[in-house]
Amino acid sequence: MFESLTEKLQSTFKRLRNKGRLTEADVKAALRDVRLALLEADVNFKVVKDFLATVERDAVGQDVLQSLTPDQGVIRVVRNRLTELMGTSVERIKMASNPPTVIYLVGLQGSGKTTTAAKLALMLHHQGRHPLLVAADIYRPAAVDQLQALGAQIGVPVVHEAGLGAVDLAQLGIQKSRQLARDVVIVDTAGRLHVDSGLMDELRQMQAKVPAHETLLVVDAMTGQDAVRVANAFKETLPLTGVVLTKLDGDTRGGAALSIRAVTELPIKLVATGEKVDALELFQPERMASRILGMGDVVSLIEKAERALDKDDTERLAGRMSSNTFNLEDFQSMLHQVKKLGPLSKVMEMLPGMGQMNKLKSQVDDSSLVRVEAILNSMTVKERRRPDIIDGSRRRRIASGSGTSVQEVNRLLKQFQEMRKMMHQLKGSGGRKKMGKLPFPPMR
Amino acid sequence: MANIWERLKKGMTRTRSGLGDRLRSLFRGRAWQEELWDELEEILYEADLGSSTIEYLLSALHRRVQQEHPATADQVLELLFQVMVAELGEQSPSLSLPAGGPWVWLMVGVNGTGKTTTAGKFAYLLRQQGKTVVLGAADTFRAAATEQLEEWGRRAGVEVVHQAAGADPAAVAYDTVRSTRSRGADLAIIDTAGRLQNKVNLMQELQKIRRVVERECVGAPHEVWLVIDATTGQNGLTQARVFLESVAVTGIILTKLDGTAKGGIAVTIHHELGLPIRFIGVGEKAEDLLPFDPHDYVRAILGDETGAIG
Repeated sequence: MFESLTEKLQSTFKRLRNKGRLTEADVKAALRDVRLALLEADVNFKVVKDFLATVERDAVGQDVLQSLTPDQGVIRVVRNRLTELMGTSVERIKMASNPPTVIYLVGLQGSGKTTTAAKLALMLHHQGRHPLLVAADIYRPAAVDQLQALGAQIGVPVVHEAGLGAVDLAQLGIQKSRQLARDVVIVDTAGRLHVDSGLMDELRQMQAKVPAHETLLVVDAMTGQDAVRVANAFKETLPLTGVVLTKLDGDTRGGAALSIRAVTELPIKLVATGEKVDALELFQPERMASRILGMGDVVSLIEKAERALDKDDTERLAGRMSSNTFNLEDFQSMLHQVKKLGPLSKVMEMLPGMGQMNKLKSQVDDSSLVRVEAILNSMTVKERRRPDIIDGSRRRRIASGSGTSVQEVNRLLKQFQEMRKMMHQLKGSGGRKKMGKLPFPPMR
Repeated sequence: MANIWERLKKGMTRTRSGLGDRLRSLFRGRAWQEELWDELEEILYEADLGSSTIEYLLSALHRRVQQEHPATADQVLELLFQVMVAELGEQSPSLSLPAGGPWVWLMVGVNGTGKTTTAGKFAYLLRQQGKTVVLGAADTFRAAATEQLEEWGRRAGVEVVHQAAGADPAAVAYDTVRSTRSRGADLAIIDTAGRLQNKVNLMQELQKIRRVVERECVGAPHEVWLVIDATTGQNGLTQARVFLESVAVTGIILTKLDGTAKGGIAVTIHHELGLPIRFIGVGEKAEDLLPFDPHDYVRAILGDETGAIG
């Protein structure tokens, strides 16, 4: 998500790395690049100024210049400071001791409040809560329909009554939550400009009648310099408790995250990373800082793998991989496992060093995986178990059955053979530990 | 024109007051000094213009300063005004539809920029001009996007072509063009789902919509509007670049200029890609969609009390 900033910092530091020892002038030159990178990443220019002042103070200090790997020193200072800026811990949604917990989602038009409301409801539902959604956006045409459709999709009731104002709807939400025995009330409010005093006042009135436990500002990750102004204005009007950053699955550098955090001191609690209703995650400041510096997000990947993969299956597969009898059937179930991790481009994003491989990433879309699957599905069980029997005529049949070409079938079979050979070698040279725990199929 | 300026001014008051006031209070009555360059640079950054455009504008300004030796800071601001207006090029014609047709327009952009709203505004304004318009609800992904467009259809008094949620958007586009033709309507406006430009499959889906429209109607789509949210930062340039490559965008519509955001990224898009900014959105009503006027836009950003302006 922060690839581009990552790339810039990496090239900056690569130049440092090439030089061996650092002079004070080198550090200053590097920090000029960092400044540009941060500004291009939409970090607020005031925040950038403060940030660089601190980094320079720390980096041009003695310990860095005299250390053996000065570039590491600078990287460390930049990273520490970035992490510090973004908050030092994961912030969770706070639940009221006396339910229902009331959560307001507020923000500008088009930032993604309604979608986030549904995602948050689903997330809380998965945590064993019983959420209720309140459709209080009475201005945008069909906003209520949108929330109702999403509510139906995730199985969470949506409260709305035509003709009621936003304040009444919030109160109706509380009332219904009691009737329906719901312990969380999520209020989806209308998008509004922070400078629209009438509408901002409406939010205040809603909260006067139905006080909030959490008021989350929903911010588009692509927001530019204005993010700070918006966040400040909402914070002045409402008791904001945190920020939700949306559309982080785009290729934006997301500097708004840094700015808002630095200027308002509000924690970023959640990030939305996709269009599906389950694409909402807790914000991880340290991981994000590592990510900015091109260290990848292996922790997230491993967690995701643990959540998504069936442990027995994985272990069975790992066993099969180290045996000589690994066949296409095993390969097929491996593919299923990998698919559970989510879109390949997202998986790749989490790997270290992928920042520089944007081009590659855009080519690895899941459709290539779909074709491989189609080929495998067009084989008979016998063929999958004994790939050696797949001759020319079988290849032609498989190709036409899967809507692919003989060349593609050939390529897959060849890759499979190479993979089997590789596994065999690995087994010989110290076992499967080297391959890591994750079963990955070879990519084209 | 005066009428439009008034509405723009009203809509953009906040945009103006932030940046314009600071500039004016900073520059008024002061002698021009070298350290004011930094101030100018910061202010342009704050407007989301981005480093390459800022560098370009400031070096152009630098040349003018060297040639003309302005004495006061106000005069330098005046020069910056001229440089920016010149950079932005021609004023956009007001919304109209030439004779002939049927014409086909596509609305594209990332999520939440205001595509559906802008499509609705277009339909409303053109209907007021006596044109017959058909809206195509090709956003079959977002829940209730069709209902939103239908509401605009009711307001505007135009027909909305739609299919069930989850339908193939290209099929909706096809139906829309067909229906526009068979009714002898003047214009089809096809609203597409918001998509982030790095989603390869979604961009391919958009290309398919374009292909279907091309096949159904010679010369179509006649306009491909990229809708950009004025609060967008530097990612806006990537958006424009990818959408331009994928579906040959013909013009930019800059929405939500009634907040405090300056929409400076549109200047960068124009500078880097040569795409014209054609309309701006300064409010939720149909009348709040205005043709883009570089003079007014820069005036609204830099404030209107400098000498050269007015």
